[in-house]
Amino acid sequence: MEGVFLGAALFSIFAVILICVFLFAGGLPAIGKIGVFSFLFGTEWSPTDEPASFGIFPMILGSLYVTAGAILIGVSIGVLTAVFMASFCPPRLHKILKPAIDILAGIPSVVYGFFGLVVLVPFVRVYLGGSGSGILTASVLLGIMILPTIIGVAESALRAVPSSYYEGALALGATHERSIFFVVLPAATSGVMAGVVLGIGRAIGETMAVILVAGNQARIPNGILNGARTLTSNIVLEMGYAADLHREALIGTGVVLFVFILIINLSFSYMKRVKR
Amino acid sequence: MTAKINIKNVNLFYTQFQALKKVNLDIEKNEITAFIGPSGCGKSTLLKSLNRMNDLIEGCRIEGEILLDGQNIYGKIDVNALRKRVGMVFQKPNPFPMSIYENVAYGPKTHGIRSKVKLDEIVETSLKNAAIWDELKDRLKKNALSLSGGQQQRLCVARALAVEPEVLLMDEPTSALDPISTAKIEDLVLELKKKYTIVIVTHNMQQATRISDKTAFFLLGEMIEFNETETLFSIPKDKRTEDYITGRFG
Amino acid sequence: MTLKMYLKYPFSLFLRTVVVLATAVTCFTLLFLIGYILIKGIPYLSLDLFSWTYNSENVSFMPSIVNTIIMVIGALLISVPFGIFSAIYLVEYAKRGNKMVGVIRITAETLAGIPSIVYGLFGMLFFVTTLKMGYSLLAGIFTVAIMILPLMMRTTEEALKSVPDIFREGSFGLGAGKLRTVFRIVLPTAIPGILAGIILSIGRIVGETAALIYTAGTVAELPKNLLSSGRTLSVHMYALSKEGLHTDQAYATAVMLLGIVLLINMLSTMMAKKIEKKS
Repeated sequence: MEGVFLGAALFSIFAVILICVFLFAGGLPAIGKIGVFSFLFGTEWSPTDEPASFGIFPMILGSLYVTAGAILIGVSIGVLTAVFMASFCPPRLHKILKPAIDILAGIPSVVYGFFGLVVLVPFVRVYLGGSGSGILTASVLLGIMILPTIIGVAESALRAVPSSYYEGALALGATHERSIFFVVLPAATSGVMAGVVLGIGRAIGETMAVILVAGNQARIPNGILNGARTLTSNIVLEMGYAADLHREALIGTGVVLFVFILIINLSFSYMKRVKR
Repeated sequence: MTAKINIKNVNLFYTQFQALKKVNLDIEKNEITAFIGPSGCGKSTLLKSLNRMNDLIEGCRIEGEILLDGQNIYGKIDVNALRKRVGMVFQKPNPFPMSIYENVAYGPKTHGIRSKVKLDEIVETSLKNAAIWDELKDRLKKNALSLSGGQQQRLCVARALAVEPEVLLMDEPTSALDPISTAKIEDLVLELKKKYTIVIVTHNMQQATRISDKTAFFLLGEMIEFNETETLFSIPKDKRTEDYITGRFG
Repeated sequence: MTLKMYLKYPFSLFLRTVVVLATAVTCFTLLFLIGYILIKGIPYLSLDLFSWTYNSENVSFMPSIVNTIIMVIGALLISVPFGIFSAIYLVEYAKRGNKMVGVIRITAETLAGIPSIVYGLFGMLFFVTTLKMGYSLLAGIFTVAIMILPLMMRTTEEALKSVPDIFREGSFGLGAGKLRTVFRIVLPTAIPGILAGIILSIGRIVGETAALIYTAGTVAELPKNLLSSGRTLSVHMYALSKEGLHTDQAYATAVMLLGIVLLINMLSTMMAKKIEKKS
């Protein structure tokens, strides 16, 4: 029976290998045909033109901008909320807040996307101009979506800080707020950073919500109110009708995304280990 | 001479449990007062109530008065200002995870000192007063957690001194240290009493006899006896004190 | 501290205000999102939407609900045993310092971090194309089963770890073997934790879209068998939002999805309480 258990445990290794093999086998040939440089840094994506060009640089930038915006919003609000939950919140309020944040984590991305489409997009269009779909809208929406991740990780990092630090600061006559912000929070930095990295992973891999609010124009983004297309949306938008090299180039887009994610995950596990 | 701290009829409860019973005690200026007694006798509790660190414990309630220079610290006062005046050194050294310099400068910065020159000066004097300047002056930028336990504890003393307190509370400051570091801390405490009023909790009776001017003996939340250290250890009035100092219990 | 005292420490007052404001923003966002969708959507929850057939006049979500249920059951049937068995290996059998354990943990972490769209691509390349399943519920089931595997593994592992060793020792002390101890003593004690993992997994499957569009496909009708293509509720929601022709029905579908999320959260909170009581 031990063999059965071991077999089941080994299955996850098998799955990772299988995913890598199929993804790389499906995408790398296309990247080779197009040329690594012109694939990664080509600024034009026009797969149906004659001759077609397959540059995913606009999508790489799109993903980076949208993720950066989401991190800006998600981290500032998320870390502060985590500070409140860990150090300011009466236990009875915490009993309500914690499950509420869990609900935020459980809402499907497509519902977030729909919410963005019917609320955020019109809001931005009316008050800030433009079409409403664009980097700003997508950043705000993704920022909201990564909140629970960041709050969860940051709160447990804050709670893991030894109370002797907090007491030491109080005993010097520092106020509660100063003790938390200048002693406890700095001591939790590595844990909070791990949360941020996890948030980056979520944001860069998110697809359905972004597709509905980012505008999806496959060109170098210019301005936060203008549209952008991310790596993830590129795949979903065109896979339905793509064929041959176009289809392979989309899988290649997936490969690039996958490599990004692997790098982020590795740095996350590395940070977790450093913390210990 | 009026005492620096008057403890008047203090009862202290942790929800139902009464941790201190009708404690009356005067702590004189520029003296070292030691609290001794078996663990759980309330000596640490009393110490923590002198700068209201017991406020952090949920369900902790206090009756009676504790006067600092005649002002009740459980009245309408600014707790942060109180803790600036009544500093504390903890049982386990608890330097912040920052550089040595930042550790000492943290307090003064908190209380509004921004000038780099002034901060440098405070850091140097505090470390000198804590008798650790010579060991550390070349590595002020190093992380405080890289120091040995004894050095960490003296750094914590320096950190407490940097906010210029009037009273220094020490909660078994040497219980986590080796004998050599303990001796250094004891010398330091004797030196510090010229400028500060010191209250020290210790479970080490030799330590109390070596450094303190007055000693209070606690048992089960009651203060049994309070006297000049010499008198208390040579001719204890109470049978229970005698039993304790001769090692018959605790 | 009272407000009057805070005025002596304006910076601390500022910090406190910022923290409270941020939390207020978080809570407001949540309440607004849920409130908005419920208020706008509930009126559109008509009986027509529960009709068994989908057509362009009546974009019923009933077939999608059926597909979602099939998807959930299918994926759980695969990943629950795999998850539990691997957790048993990691907690009960693997020796301390076993290198394999580290590798398995890292791969499980990697699996957990892979975005759903990458799972979708993989499912399309492997199950749909290579194994020739075509766009089908089955391909979707396999894809999401792999996707929720790390979640099942982690929650079960934690549940097993939280079973006190005295239980195991007690069972061994009576002469029971390892296997018997695991199945009769450890697993039953760990059931609330495992159930919590299953509930979370259900939430994940119900909310999944990107991994399913190019594996299970987007056909909006009742499936004939597991090899038929079929859209789940989330995919249905995406299709409606993307087309922009049936916004009212999209609201109603969002209400259904939110309802499921709320239900799942309630269940998992209940589970968590049960686990807390036990320990």
